Formats: sequence, C-alpha cells, structure tokens
Amino acid sequence: MAYVPDMKPRSTGGSIAKFLTSRAFLAPIIAMVIFVALWEFLVWVNDWPDYVMASPSDLPEAYADYWGLFIKYGWQTLWRTVVGLILAVIVGLLLGMIMGFSRLMRDALYPLLVGFNAIPKATVVPIVALLFVGAHDFNTILIAFMISFFPIAVSVSIGLSTLEPEYRDILRALGASQATIFWKIALPKTLPEFFGALKVAVTLAFIGTNLMEIVSPHGRGLGALFDSGKTNSDYPLMFAVLIALAVLGIVLYYVIVALEKIFAGWAERSPG
Amino acid sequence: MYPMIKIEGVRHAYKTPAGPLPVLDGLELSVDEGGFVAVVGPSGCGKSTLTRLVAGLMKPDEGKVMLHGELVSGPRSTVGMAFQNPVMLEWRTILENIMLPLEIVATKMSKAEQRERANYLLELVGLEGFGDKRPSELSGGMRQRASLCRSIVHKPEVLILDEPFGALDAFTREDLWQTMHKVKEEEPFTGVLITHDLRESIFLADQVVVLSQRPARTQYVLDVPNTGPRDLDHLYTAEAADMLNILRHQIEVAQGRAAA
Repeated sequence: MAYVPDMKPRSTGGSIAKFLTSRAFLAPIIAMVIFVALWEFLVWVNDWPDYVMASPSDLPEAYADYWGLFIKYGWQTLWRTVVGLILAVIVGLLLGMIMGFSRLMRDALYPLLVGFNAIPKATVVPIVALLFVGAHDFNTILIAFMISFFPIAVSVSIGLSTLEPEYRDILRALGASQATIFWKIALPKTLPEFFGALKVAVTLAFIGTNLMEIVSPHGRGLGALFDSGKTNSDYPLMFAVLIALAVLGIVLYYVIVALEKIFAGWAERSPG
Repeated sequence: MYPMIKIEGVRHAYKTPAGPLPVLDGLELSVDEGGFVAVVGPSGCGKSTLTRLVAGLMKPDEGKVMLHGELVSGPRSTVGMAFQNPVMLEWRTILENIMLPLEIVATKMSKAEQRERANYLLELVGLEGFGDKRPSELSGGMRQRASLCRSIVHKPEVLILDEPFGALDAFTREDLWQTMHKVKEEEPFTGVLITHDLRESIFLADQVVVLSQRPARTQYVLDVPNTGPRDLDHLYTAEAADMLNILRHQIEVAQGRAAA
C-alpha cells in the first residue's frame, strides 16, 4: 500500500483524575471563575445596592435560606422541560420525516410552521393558561414543546431531503424497502443535524418552561421562585434563581452532548 | 442461450418543466455472460440513465431491458452497483460498510460468515487490516476499493460501474484498473462500465460501446482483442493506439466535431 494515513490515537477515556486536570475541564472552570470575579468587582466598584444588582457573594445566603425550595422547584422545572423536549423530539422527527420525504408536504407545511414559530411564545402563554386552566404541568410542558420542536423538524427535513441519491440507490438497487433505507441510511446520516438542532431546542425548551412558570401564577418551578423573589423584593433570591437555571441548562446541554458522542460521534473529525 | 444483458430499442425521455427531454433514442446493447462492456460517450448523453435502467431503478418509455432473457421490472438482488462517489456510510466501519448488501439480500448468512466474506474481499483488493477503520480514515482510492468490495459482496451476476475511478488521480486509477482485473478473475461477473476514459475502456473491457450525443443511440461498437487480464504495457502498443484512435474519432463524431 503506497498510502497509509497517519492515524490519530482514539481517546480511550482516561481516569477521572486525568479528566479533572484536562484542558477540556479546566478551561471552562477558569472562565467561570473569571466571570464571577468580574461580576463581584463590577458591583463593588459601582457600589450597587442589591436591588440594582446582587453580587455573587450575596448568593450563598439565598441558596442556604431556600435550599429545600431550590431542590423541589428545580426538579419540577427540570422534569417538565425534559418531557416537553421529548415531545418536541418525537413530533419534530415525525414532521421532519414527512417534510423530508414528500415535496408536497414540505411545500404545504413550511409556511405554516414558520408562521407558528414566528409568534412570540410569551403571547401564547396566557392563551394556553386559559385554554387548559388548572392543568399546570400540562400547560408548562406544552409551552416547552411548542417553543422547541421547530428547529428539530427543520433540521431533520433538510437532512432527509438533501440525502444524495446514490445513498438511496445502493440499497434500492438491491430491492430494499423504504423503511430499510430509512433505518439503515437516512436516519443515521441525519443524526449530526438532528443533534445540532437538539442543542438549540434544549435551551429553548428551558425558556418555554420558565415563561409559563413566571407568567402563569401557579406556584411551581424555578420560575415561580423567581416570581416570589420579585414580589418580596428578595433580589439576591432572583439572581440565585437565574444562576440555578443556568446550571440546569448547562447540565441538560451536556447530557445532549454526551448522547451525541454516543450516537453521532462518527461525524466528529479531529481538526488538522 | 440468452445474453446476460440485452437492451433493445430503448427510448426514454425525462419530464421537465420545459417539456420532455429525450435522453435515450434507440439504444442497443448485448453483453454475454462473463462479458465486460465499457460505455463511452459525450458528457450528459444518458450513460447514467443506462445504468439505472439495467439496475431496475427506472423503466424505459419504450423498448426492452432484459437480464438472462427476463424483462427487468424492478430492482433485483443479483445486481451490484458502484459509483464515482464511493458512498461510504461514515458511521460504519469499512467492514460493516462492505457487509451492508448482505444484510439486505443474504439474511440467512450468519454475521461470522458475512464478516469472513467481507474480509476475504478486503484482502483481494489490497485493503487487508483496514476493516476496522472508519471511511474518513481512508484515502479516496482506498474508499473506492472498499466501495468495489461492497458492490460484489453478494456475488451479483451483473456489476454496474458508473465512472467509479473518475475522481481519482491517474496513478491510483491505474492501480485500481489492475485490481479490477484481479477481482474479475476471482469473482466472475458480467460488467457494465460507464467511463470517460478511453484508455480505461480498452484496458478493462472486451467491448467498447460509443453512444451518440443526447438523445443517445448506440453509435459504434468496438471489440477489444486480448480479453482477460492484461498489464499496463498493453496500453502502449500499436494495437492499443489504433483502438484509441478509432474511439477518439467516434467521440468526435458523437460530439458533431467530425464527419462519420
């Protein structure tokens, strides 16, 4: 063989200690520390009172006072977001498949979907709250779903409709069914686009859940905790909720990244 | 006895917004079992349409496409295909890519047997030890070799090659020509090769068919003597030069740049 490509050793998943000292772990940690320090410094140098801007040093107290509520409400926000996201994945995949395989359905559904997506979900919240009055979990999940299925549907439909004909033909020429072609080729080939969309959708779903929790007063989830901080002029609590939301968002995002590594890791190439 | 591939009076037109676009108009082709025919012609003359007809991926408006004397009515598992694009599934290893057709047409075969068959072919094309690599880790020529393995893994009677070496550099291409002869000797098939390369056509095939400009008809058929394995020196003999001259002239006729 005249040509032998130089193979980069695959990462073999070293020990935890190795991970904790790795650049992938340390770089974001250092970035966060710098961010918090800057925040503290800005509040201190401007001498802002906590009702203008709470400082990071105000937060531990807020967490200590309301730890039980953070756990309880955080869990409510998390599971409703995840259920909304799962719904978005199922419906997004189905819509994406319908639009990806049928030109007619793509032409018919696209304007409808774009219009639907363009409506600010904050305006939909009161409508949904009235429509299903009292069904708090359902309402919240519905908004989380509505705000997050669009990128998934679009990316899957684009992934499927841009599948090169040769990919279809290698199986079709053997008499394979459409279902086989979908499972063996179209679906796996679309996975990188799907996960790209899922990363966008996961943060959107969070926004949807909190929108409902903050706007519709039913006293559940981190959004409600934020709202009560506002009502009681407990400003450190409001900031503490924001940070808690950010942490949950980061956790969910990296769960998606981990899933992507497992199911679509092949699409990642080492640079250079 | 029927020829393995027989195409008679095939006409076909694509429907376009601007009206029907005739691509084939009176195509004739006959390939005996074990034969290897190369199809050359001006670009855009309908060569790829021809491969899709033989593969059963589409039906002609008029005329007959027959395999073994049977009218082709749809895809069949006795056909193998390879394209200019090696079409490697990036999420599978090379070995798993090669096993793909077996998962469709040889479901009775055990995984171990499939693996063994794929490994044997990898060795045949000079890719031993690369089965566990990902397609992205291989060069273009190596991917094309793997694609060739996949196209013959289910022992097809008919192998359709649609410009498989078109995107490779000249030296890699010549390497693959020789691999092709080796493969044909070990794993006999009846072949149809679409190509733009006249040297390739006379090096690999025992019959070269020149198609006219679109709508294509069979314009000229050249029989290549010395069938069977040959080495690259054959391309530099007076005999080869004569054949290349004839074919070049026929292409010019097809393009309308020379009188017949």
